[in-house]
Amino acid sequence: MVLEVDGLETVFPLERGLLRAVDGVSFTLDAGRVLGLVGESGSGKSMTGLSLMRLVPPPGRIAAGAVRLDGRDLLALPERAMRAVRGAEIAIVFQEPMTALNPVLTVGSQIAEAVALHQPVGRRAAWQRAVELLGEVGIPDPARRARDYPHQLSGGMRQRVMIAMAISCAPRVLVADEPTTALDVTIQAGILELLRALRARHGMAVLLITHDLGVVAEQADTVAIMYAGRIVEYASAEALFATPLHPYTRALLRSMPELGRRQERLETIPGQVPDLLALPSGCAFRDRCPLVVEACATERPALLEKTPGRLVACLRV
Amino acid sequence: MTAGPLVEVRDLRKHFPVGGGFLGSGRAVVRAVDGVSLAISSGETVGLVGESGCGKSTFGRLVLRLLEPTEGDVLFDGRSLSSLGRRELRALRREMQIVFQDPYGSLNPRMRIADIVGEGLAVHHLGTRSERRARVLELLTRVGLPADSADRYPHQFSGGQRQRIGIARALAVRPRFIVADEAVSALDVSIQAQIVNLLQDLRRELGLTLLFIAHDLRVVEHVSDRVAIMYLGRIVELAPRDELYANPRHPYTQALLSAVPELDRARRRTRITLGGEPPSPVAPPDGCAFHPRCPHAVERCRRDVPSLEGGARDHLVACHVFPVGPA
Repeated sequence: MVLEVDGLETVFPLERGLLRAVDGVSFTLDAGRVLGLVGESGSGKSMTGLSLMRLVPPPGRIAAGAVRLDGRDLLALPERAMRAVRGAEIAIVFQEPMTALNPVLTVGSQIAEAVALHQPVGRRAAWQRAVELLGEVGIPDPARRARDYPHQLSGGMRQRVMIAMAISCAPRVLVADEPTTALDVTIQAGILELLRALRARHGMAVLLITHDLGVVAEQADTVAIMYAGRIVEYASAEALFATPLHPYTRALLRSMPELGRRQERLETIPGQVPDLLALPSGCAFRDRCPLVVEACATERPALLEKTPGRLVACLRV
Repeated sequence: MTAGPLVEVRDLRKHFPVGGGFLGSGRAVVRAVDGVSLAISSGETVGLVGESGCGKSTFGRLVLRLLEPTEGDVLFDGRSLSSLGRRELRALRREMQIVFQDPYGSLNPRMRIADIVGEGLAVHHLGTRSERRARVLELLTRVGLPADSADRYPHQFSGGQRQRIGIARALAVRPRFIVADEAVSALDVSIQAQIVNLLQDLRRELGLTLLFIAHDLRVVEHVSDRVAIMYLGRIVELAPRDELYANPRHPYTQALLSAVPELDRARRRTRITLGGEPPSPVAPPDGCAFHPRCPHAVERCRRDVPSLEGGARDHLVACHVFPVGPA
């Protein structure tokens, strides 16, 4: 086990009240494995990723929990020590590479900077390494491309640059936050393939954060479904897609159009994605749930092991 | 209903000048839309699929004459849009509406929902003030918004609700034809399904004709009667839905379909990975624009632009290697 997240809570004190973006999230990640963290907007999936990196934007703060990387709790580190870990042992790739890259620096120099930040190498060696990394992430003619500015590259290329930067120090854990959401489907396939290859080559553990169940079905070994700041179902990808147990997971899967599945109407989940400041009492999903009973209003269901290896937070399962 | 198609697009082109060049001389052009013809029957939904930059959104705006084409024409109900004067075009706009991807960006944040939805009615002087108000309330109910929405502002609504507002606005003037430009792409899965169902219900109820522009082949399969695949400003394949999904001919269509993530592991297809990226529409390759990425390209593909030709089963394809046999 490389990473152990235990009871993570990230909150935002807002005028309207205390927003619990991440509300007691626990999971583990093994070397070379992919955990898919799935949810809709406001589910807390991205904030979970940022919390692992200790990059929660103000006024948010991590209120409780532990993030143990190889047994060491990152949340207990002084910021200075965290800076040495961030980018070196745990790295992140975001959805929109254009906003994460500096527009006035060449991509080579940005990767070289990332290399030099954590490794005792000279400028020349760092540049050399940057070119190597660009090659490794499948950018053709890397020596020339290294001298390009971000705007000269396509979206797919820029995402490869971000990945090159993220893997520059061979991190133990890679957090990939919607890494292909902004990309076209043919480009997306290439990026996912790259992530898979890198994981196999370097034994990285990957936390793949996405709203796309299809991507998770193809890439993840295990899956955690998040709703309103909590994990509501946790299972191997195989088990989850074969027999989803939580009513939210089941509804989500049914509401997705799939190739070749002809139906008159798509099944829908009634209502809206929940407002985290106005959650119903008890189970946060209950006002959209087809299986709701009275007890759902009083009791907040805990994430419990229902069958071996399968955790579900639902009174009705 | 008319005998001919409701919307007939004839060899539409839109070239945007780019970059400098002294006094505009020797400027490069982006061939955003480069010779597209398409006829849409009354009541039909045509799905238009392509990746970013392929020109599908530009095409949607050209069809509605929100953009002036460089060449070509659009016939609406048999009337050529290019032959219409400003006033006539304005009158015709009632019949053709658009629903955008970003419901927030396309709603004026300072206007109340009632004014946003009723704007078209006011612009076209339809009904009295109180009639317009009644129509707006009816529309809001029809698209599934709470009755008290009328006097609220866009920021008070979620993404899915804003898209309902966008749809109500488009419907207000009772159009016959709607371009839905990535109308459900930005929505969460559970909300996307609601909006797709709403669009389909409205389409049936009101007999709407739809050009459904999207990049998600799963949604397009669900809503379309026919599907057009666009690559670099041109339609490379066009066929009835079942035919296209069962029997894709163009190597690009095949690659797109193979790249769709599949939930069911048993049904997973072999992925066709395309080399490279879509070329720049400023300097499209000679011959077939897809040839540099095509796994099946032959010498001829580097030289001749394939035309969109058809045969059996109303299936049209622009490919030298995999043409459709004659009917």
